[in-house]
Amino acid sequence: MKTKTFPHGVHPPEFKELTENKALQPMPPPEKVMIPLLQHFGKPAEPVVQKGDEVLLGQKIGEGQGLFSASVHSSVSGKVLSVDTFNHPGGSPVPAVTVNNDSQDKALPGKKETKDPFSLSPEEVREKVKEAGVVGLGGAAFPTAVKLSPPKDKPIDTIIINGCECEPFLTSDYRLMLEYPDEILKGAELARIATGAERIIVGVEDNKKKAFEVFQEKISAYKGEVVLLKTKYPEGAEKNLIYAILRREVPRGGLPFDVGIVVQNVGTAKAIWEAVSRGKPLYERAVTVSGRGITEPKNLLVRIGTSFQEVIDFCGGFREDRNILVMGGPMMGLAQWSLDVPVIKGTSGILAWDVPEPGIEHPCIRCGRCIEHCPMVLVPTQLAKYVKFNKLDEAESWGILDCVECGSCQYICPSKIPLVHWMRLGKNEVMSLKKKKSA
Amino acid sequence: MTEKAFILQSSPHFRDKDSVPKIMYAVVASLAPAVFASLYFFRLRALLLLLCCVTACLATEAIFLWLRKKPLQPLFDGSAIITGILLALTLPPSLSLELAIIGAVIAIAIGKQVFGGLGYNIFNPALVGRAFLQTAFPVAMTTWIPSVTETINTATYATPLGDLKFQDAVAQGILAPLKDLFFGNTGGCIGETSALALIIGGLFLLFRRVIDWRIPLGIILSLTVFTGIFWLANPGKYASPLFHILAGGLLLGAFFMATDMVTSPITPLGTWIYAFGIGIVIGLVRLFGGFPEGVMYSILFMNTFVPLLNRFTRPRILGERRKE
Repeated sequence: MKTKTFPHGVHPPEFKELTENKALQPMPPPEKVMIPLLQHFGKPAEPVVQKGDEVLLGQKIGEGQGLFSASVHSSVSGKVLSVDTFNHPGGSPVPAVTVNNDSQDKALPGKKETKDPFSLSPEEVREKVKEAGVVGLGGAAFPTAVKLSPPKDKPIDTIIINGCECEPFLTSDYRLMLEYPDEILKGAELARIATGAERIIVGVEDNKKKAFEVFQEKISAYKGEVVLLKTKYPEGAEKNLIYAILRREVPRGGLPFDVGIVVQNVGTAKAIWEAVSRGKPLYERAVTVSGRGITEPKNLLVRIGTSFQEVIDFCGGFREDRNILVMGGPMMGLAQWSLDVPVIKGTSGILAWDVPEPGIEHPCIRCGRCIEHCPMVLVPTQLAKYVKFNKLDEAESWGILDCVECGSCQYICPSKIPLVHWMRLGKNEVMSLKKKKSA
Repeated sequence: MTEKAFILQSSPHFRDKDSVPKIMYAVVASLAPAVFASLYFFRLRALLLLLCCVTACLATEAIFLWLRKKPLQPLFDGSAIITGILLALTLPPSLSLELAIIGAVIAIAIGKQVFGGLGYNIFNPALVGRAFLQTAFPVAMTTWIPSVTETINTATYATPLGDLKFQDAVAQGILAPLKDLFFGNTGGCIGETSALALIIGGLFLLFRRVIDWRIPLGIILSLTVFTGIFWLANPGKYASPLFHILAGGLLLGAFFMATDMVTSPITPLGTWIYAFGIGIVIGLVRLFGGFPEGVMYSILFMNTFVPLLNRFTRPRILGERRKE
């Protein structure tokens, strides 16, 4: 069967076989949860509980501040132990609420099922999504309500449901697609209603044929189609996915809104459905725990705020051959220094394996592979040099801000140059220079 | 659980297995057919030239790294070996070994190390060495002896391109047959005579994705078109494009020299311009220049444009508006 794809990209080893046939398993809630008030792209939420308060499962403990923020809810019922700063998988500590689990999972009273969610107005759908603190579950954790609020002058015609899961190791989206296809499609339909789009397109990579077939069967009830995509990294990167499916290019510095598209990850679609139909806040998520360093790799449904330590223990602990711990996938995930960090809304995976010791960095031999593989068609080696020599104007005009940090360039670089590191540094410096200029 | 620290590094945490030394040794391997051909056709002369050049290149690299107080590790990345082999392959079989060694020292010292070593040089090091020899010792560099497989019946001996330039070989009907050019049964630099051996090595590099296919294709295409026009206009005076492709150092240059990653452009458009430029300059030199052969000078000439080409041929970023 013919597959669609985008130009460039790389083919890292997949390692999906470790967990792809393991059903999602709810992990028992831990004795206490540490729930950061910043788990999304934007401003941190403000705490609305105090030490000593009794909270219920799904009760709001942090209120989103403004548009680019998201509310945070308790993932257990019990007593608030502290409202303090706590380790965060992002690296620096952030304000967090620690709740002692009373193991009752006492739910909020008065949460009713919405009778006919599909008859809601776009505004009502957005409100319920916002209330439930839903953010993009693909990893970037962008507040979903914002994504469902296209500007009036940007009509949306298509909702793309992103079922690519192009990162190696990760299989949590794949399991969601196999086990919750109806919820995902219903969530997509709600997103369609909220944005006024005409159709839904589900994009699945061809290493997940089973999921593709499941959706093929179910899509007929909706206005939409399922598209099989070539297994290639980063097929699931928003701009590349849009180009692969519809051959539309999101303008530089623009958003999918600009080409009439909203992209939602499969997990996010499911969360939208649960938020709107049952008022269920986002307090748990699917997490792939995998890698050769994990005794028993699994796909888990984990309560937000569960520590990595407990998740790893639940999977039988570590094996000897591991020297790296990563949240997310191996291409874009964040290396962790401690197990004392909580699972957050953006935790798609917890991985441990052994990476080879960083070898010698050779000088750039200008082989051009980074250019050949960059999905944004940038010139990474040149950008890295501009950043190294502090030529920020050149770096900007050569498109450093278009870099999505997918890691394809560094993956392929035969000189083992830390290109993404230079990109990140350069993006930061260019942005702070811009801020200074506008100030 | 045993307490073991985790590596902290910025993503990505996966790396492709290919590396600079692997690429360099793949190039060395790809030169094996040409090296064997040179040994077959020129026997001991070829062996001595190869040994002298490679040894001198490695020694010069080591001395310069030591003088520059750099680690000696680049000595083992394979790049100096490539320079040595390539230089030897572009030398006439009768060249004295002292001159070969001088060429090798110049190649590494002036062609590579003064710029800062691997990755920083502007010109192909082997060709810098050869250009020096050609300029300083023009007679030695253009004195040819036949290969051991040839039987000659003239007192003076020249390469097929030399015959073409100075003997009006097409009109006289003494142009070397294509079959001899293809297999290597002809005079010339020790590594350039056998087109077959060079094509085998070149295809390996293309298959292994070491070299950019645009470069050999662009050079061969542009040379074919350029020489083809003159050949079609006057086949009694000009040689066919196929002759030009198989004769002299064209294939050695197109597959192994012009493709040097460090000294060729990094952008696709820049690469096309570079390759077309080389092909046309070769055609110009061979047809109208003072020398019979122009591969070396045309590659060095286009090397000078590489930084400019890179600068002005930035690819269109995804989502960037097309120029109107």
